[in-house]
Amino acid sequence: MFLKEYFGSIFSSIKSLLTGMKLTGYYFTHHNKIITEEYPDNRAALKMPERFRGEVIMPHDEKNEHQCTGCQSCELSCPNGSIKIITKQEIQPDGKKKKRIDTWVYHLDMCTMCGMCVEACPTTAILMGNEFEHSQYEKKYLKKVLNKPGSRLKDGVE
Amino acid sequence: MLLGEEDHFNEEGEFVINIGPQHPSTHGVLRLKVWLDGETIKKVEPHLGYIHRSIEKMSESFSYRQFGYITSRMDYLSAHMNNQACALVVEKALQVEVPARAQVIRIILCELSRLSSHLLWFASAGLDLGGVTPFFYAFREREAINSIMEETCGARLTQNFMVPGGIITDLQPDFQKRIKEVLKQFKDNYHEYNEILIGNVIFQNRMKDVGVLTREDAIALGCTGPVARASGLSCDIRKHYPYDGYEKIQFDEVILTGGDSWARCEVRMAEMLQSVHIIEQLIDNIPEGDIVAKTKNVIKLPKGEFYQRVETARGELGVYIVSDGGSTPYRCKYRSPNFSNLMAIPHISKGHKIGDLIAIMATIDLIIPDIDR
Repeated sequence: MFLKEYFGSIFSSIKSLLTGMKLTGYYFTHHNKIITEEYPDNRAALKMPERFRGEVIMPHDEKNEHQCTGCQSCELSCPNGSIKIITKQEIQPDGKKKKRIDTWVYHLDMCTMCGMCVEACPTTAILMGNEFEHSQYEKKYLKKVLNKPGSRLKDGVE
Repeated sequence: MLLGEEDHFNEEGEFVINIGPQHPSTHGVLRLKVWLDGETIKKVEPHLGYIHRSIEKMSESFSYRQFGYITSRMDYLSAHMNNQACALVVEKALQVEVPARAQVIRIILCELSRLSSHLLWFASAGLDLGGVTPFFYAFREREAINSIMEETCGARLTQNFMVPGGIITDLQPDFQKRIKEVLKQFKDNYHEYNEILIGNVIFQNRMKDVGVLTREDAIALGCTGPVARASGLSCDIRKHYPYDGYEKIQFDEVILTGGDSWARCEVRMAEMLQSVHIIEQLIDNIPEGDIVAKTKNVIKLPKGEFYQRVETARGELGVYIVSDGGSTPYRCKYRSPNFSNLMAIPHISKGHKIGDLIAIMATIDLIIPDIDR
């Protein structure tokens, strides 16, 4: 009785092992069913989804104009303090002084890509970009200024 | 006491070793101090604190819009449910009605992450017991789910999609088509899981009658989720205290009475099918309408205490908030499912061999960042 059970368990183990091996054998012989990709090699064809949150970007149009009014909603909504906006007073053509951004400092090293700054922005001046390869040799390269030199606020955006 | 200082025989002739904090089978930085007699476990003592990030304390300096996002880093496989709990507690305090569309989308995404979490459990359970191949089969489906999360929410794990009042953005246009593809792929491949791991006699023998948690112990230790349901305790928050419209949905609470590791495996395998069943009910019936209820720019909760619980993939998550009427929580406490489930390990592993401890840890399915917070 004991022997029967003992050998029975051996046979059932081998049978269940073979069931599993049959499955792996199936995929071993069906190469078209394999879906893994090798990352650095597929870089040319790699397309990230549109909504992927990789970094904060500030789009500029062809006239080098952005839409940031310097209201600092993003700075207040950021949980990590990775945004710092330095504003200045700019004299308008009609003689009035108005608040405009001087530098839009983005600390990529502190950012967790939660996307709450983009959510808070009333003028959609900032968006989340798809770039995800951020490695740098030194930390100082991760501090970015998002508004381009010489850029100004787009007309009509308040 | 430093690591290694206590690695010696004590007076009773027991050998004391440390499993972890850097051990592949603990899924993180959990340290278990184990007293052994030969290979038999006399006593297990979990030591925590290796990944403590003081999330509760940090929440006190965050606004009510911000404090939810960091909970994605607690139980990172149930990030949607954690965010949902934070959103729900704010909605409960403000008495905001969530739009029907947002509720349905929340449930779909939560069940998807539950499915993906159980798939990861399947993958790592095989890996812990020395079977590397099942890992890749589970990750094939998990990758498809993660791609949906990436396309819809913008991130694969730390989605931050649920905000107080609803959800952060609307769905992408081909969401329903993609979900149907994934569900079809999952259902077509479900039999492979049984063939490669669950039906394997060696795996079953490692699991059966190992680490038996009785119903009374599950209640006494505060276990929830699949761990308690495998011991015959009905504890599904979705059934008992429905939130976000779970009361309108047909699904079964999977309850088994074995209480051993094998029962915990079977509960999770059955829960995957239940999650698929829930998504299938909703995917063609997403109502039109708003995705977020109007809330003030700076949310201020009324003075008082608020508690909300949700069912994550591992059990009951409770969020407790004390508000002093300001724009940040006065005190924020998370009742995490993994912390209570961890306490079952010293209890149920007594008298088993050291190899069984790994099998028990695999089926309890711990996420260490959730234990320490």
